[in-house]
Amino acid sequence: MNMSIWINKETKVLVQGITGKTAIYHTKQMLEYGTKIVAGVTPGKEGTLVEGVPVFNTVEKAIKKTSANVSVIYVPAKFAADAILEAVDAELDMVICITEHIPVKDMITVKRYMEGKKTRLIGPNCPGIITPEECKIGIMPGYIHKKGRIGVVSRSGTLTYEAVHQLSQRGIGQSSAVGIGGDPAIGTDFIDVLKAFNRDKNTDAVIMIGEIGGNDEERAALWIKKNMNKPVVGFISGKTAPAGKRMGHAGAIISGGKGTANEKIKTMKNCGIHIVENPTIIGDTLVDVLKENNLWRSEYGV
Amino acid sequence: MNIHEYQAKELLSKYNIVVPKGKVINQVEEAKNAAGSIKTDIAVVKAQIHAGGRGKAGGVKIAKSINEVNKYAKELLGKTLVTHQTGPEGKVVKTLLIEEGCNIHKEYYLALTLDREKSRITLVASEEGGMDIEEVADKNPHKIYKEVIDPLTGLSEFQARRICFNIKIPDSLVNDTVKLMKNLYRCFIDNDCSLAEINPLVVTEDKQVIALDAKLNFDDNSLFRNEEILKYRDLNEEDEKEIEASKYGLSYISLDGNIGCMVNGAGLAMATMDIIKLYGGEPANFLDVGGGASEDKVTNAFNIILSDNRVKGIFVNIFGGIMKCDIIAKGIAEAAKKISLNVPLVVRFEGTNVDLGREILDNSNLNIVTAETMGEGAKKIVELIK
Repeated sequence: MNMSIWINKETKVLVQGITGKTAIYHTKQMLEYGTKIVAGVTPGKEGTLVEGVPVFNTVEKAIKKTSANVSVIYVPAKFAADAILEAVDAELDMVICITEHIPVKDMITVKRYMEGKKTRLIGPNCPGIITPEECKIGIMPGYIHKKGRIGVVSRSGTLTYEAVHQLSQRGIGQSSAVGIGGDPAIGTDFIDVLKAFNRDKNTDAVIMIGEIGGNDEERAALWIKKNMNKPVVGFISGKTAPAGKRMGHAGAIISGGKGTANEKIKTMKNCGIHIVENPTIIGDTLVDVLKENNLWRSEYGV
Repeated sequence: MNIHEYQAKELLSKYNIVVPKGKVINQVEEAKNAAGSIKTDIAVVKAQIHAGGRGKAGGVKIAKSINEVNKYAKELLGKTLVTHQTGPEGKVVKTLLIEEGCNIHKEYYLALTLDREKSRITLVASEEGGMDIEEVADKNPHKIYKEVIDPLTGLSEFQARRICFNIKIPDSLVNDTVKLMKNLYRCFIDNDCSLAEINPLVVTEDKQVIALDAKLNFDDNSLFRNEEILKYRDLNEEDEKEIEASKYGLSYISLDGNIGCMVNGAGLAMATMDIIKLYGGEPANFLDVGGGASEDKVTNAFNIILSDNRVKGIFVNIFGGIMKCDIIAKGIAEAAKKISLNVPLVVRFEGTNVDLGREILDNSNLNIVTAETMGEGAKKIVELIK
């Protein structure tokens, strides 16, 4: 049985920039979690090992030698766009870019290059994706997750952890949790992830966490109203954020009075999403929603 | 990053975009000379601050003589200008741009910005120039035209022409305007702009196309490769604590309340502000210490919060991912050694190395209130400062 979207225990992961300090730390964490990391890439470091993982000069060669199908990028912002291009050129199924602070112009070029290509990009500026107890790709703390039937999608890393933690504490596991990233130009948006959760037979309900800036949440809400056949619990952060200021994430900015939390919340409510105003009750709200929809299972609440 | 109008015009001129002749002054004594040198019957005296809405707030004056220029310079320099974008505290005017007047035939709106949905740069234009584009979007959305630009080709001439015809640029000036649009796009791309707005773009009585006002914003993430742009940064326009924080790579924004916040992750930091407010408190700041913060960085962050004398209490809310709770704990303990901590401190730790973090704080002899959840933490800090 394949309880997840996009990644599972068969996924063979390649780490781009594997010899960097952060990458080494997280390679170790991912390996301990059970992720199948088969290769690393750092130009000029071919022939070395990181945590027992062989390092190659190019993505192309790493795939040839190890048949990796997904890559995760930890390279510095200046070089990250090029790393994505290399992964897309090598026709990986998916590339997850953790790197923050990539110039928007670089991402515009990357996204143009990706048109018509098979690779899915998650991020940049995201915590990654996890299918609990099978495969963790990114920087999220593994131990807070639990295998189960709730999908989580979020623009924020730490808020994803917050939501996942609340679920696991209530004995409710997750099918997959996806951080789509806090930048204005990202690879995979809410709708892409919602579509996948909607199709996934082993996802019962979804938690969607958005924030100020742009209108991705509104577009997703309209899509949900039209297509989603599973309940969605939503939270939007930044109700108290001042206009015109970038709130940490490059994409979290209210500009020209647009992209406010209230605007998003209003649309999401109108589209039937169960909005949580207080982030500490995301878990409790989901419990109620599961019960209302006869999706409560005997193993929950243990 | 934002820059001043006069700096934006300087940059646009380098891209062959016509702007009114002007002089920049910082002292009233320079006003007469500046006005004299631009040789015009009518001069415009414009306050240079990083905020829109200057006109309505009295920051733009039309002078009919050199003496009037002098009078307005006296009036504006040193004045605190409050516009709808400055906040109630306003901004002190330290620089003026004195420009030649021009005979306006018609005003237009023109801007390049990111279309987030498409991940493409988009040219936005309207024949309703001179007012906020948001206002036009509300009242006359059909009068706003857009062209999405393919990064492979850049702004095509046919797209620029189509915009010109849509916003009714006089036929004889279409070629000039197309050139201007292409130059604006070049400027946007060369310098990693996040916004390039000319409002109004003006057609003059003598058939010239001029950028009468200009606003350029830049992508902070690309400043490393745009050193020329970095020279335009005006620290006078920024919050002191925000400048201090940016030195350490911390993401900090000053707010009006009295509860200092230190959080990891932008989303959680915003949610922390929201929940403080939900429980009846007011956050003093947004502060994301980031993912890979060192102990030093945390100490600096803590110092910045404590340097704000409005802060009556601090709430630390950490969910460790890359960030490890023990690093945060060590940073706090270190900061508290140097500065006596005389406000209540509530700490909520969860995630990577949570036990280690709690242990370090327990052994630090600091008077710390701990919380299991962010809700509990927010409630406690709001109670403690009452």
